[in-house]
Amino acid sequence: MFHLILFLFFGAICVAGAVNLLVQSHPINSALSLVVVMASLAGEYLLLGGEFVAAIQVIVYAGAIMVLFLITIMLLNAGKEERTKGSRVAILIGVPGVLIGGVLVTWTLLTRPNAQTVPIGALKGDSGSIARLLFHDFLLPFEVTSVLILIAIMGAVVLASRPEAVARGPRKDGR
Amino acid sequence: MIPLSYYLVLSGILFVCGVLGFLIKRNIITIFMSIELMLNGVNLSFVAFAAQWHSLSGQVFVFFVMVVAAAEAAVGLAIIIAVYRTRETLNVDQVNLLKL
Repeated sequence: MFHLILFLFFGAICVAGAVNLLVQSHPINSALSLVVVMASLAGEYLLLGGEFVAAIQVIVYAGAIMVLFLITIMLLNAGKEERTKGSRVAILIGVPGVLIGGVLVTWTLLTRPNAQTVPIGALKGDSGSIARLLFHDFLLPFEVTSVLILIAIMGAVVLASRPEAVARGPRKDGR
Repeated sequence: MIPLSYYLVLSGILFVCGVLGFLIKRNIITIFMSIELMLNGVNLSFVAFAAQWHSLSGQVFVFFVMVVAAAEAAVGLAIIIAVYRTRETLNVDQVNLLKL
């Protein structure tokens, strides 16, 4: 019962943040409501026994990635978004389709007779067991992701630098 | 004891909100944030299934999804900065040429 109350509490915050992301017209407000969604999702992960996942959800997602978003919004001085004709077409055709799909999925999941229950705390997702999996069974993908991160860093530096700075190359006078 | 379907429904709601934001929003940064919202919804179903089947592989996959999301955010925001530098706008309807 207590777990159900916690689930509903975090789930309500989560859905409220997601809806607020859609309603707000200024990107900064959308980014802050996305932080709320991610923090409450960390609470849901704790309910499911994923301690390590909840920690990196807060540190990596709500911390690092959202700071990147906020810095970009402030760097580009993004204001309120303006409405154009393309968005109206998307609302008229896309929104009913997406809502129908969501209702269908929800109805299917809720009317399954074999909907089982998740025992809380039965799974210990602490950092020790995650690390044992990560460095034994998933060692190759783990090493490949480090190469991916390196390539992403180099790509971001090349893309975000000014084109004339890339064409000119390194300075000759060593400054 | 919370039924698995509750977690899956919450994950579906988050995913649908992400798709709606992708369709409705015209600001390129907000569209990018909607993609992050979809990734989060899928992560929740990964963790819920990991608890259901008593296998930690689902949580390891969430770790990998987060790594890919971080790389995608870095490259995507760099692309947004490059687009803004040449177009002076963040509205996706005004970005209608493929070349920079």
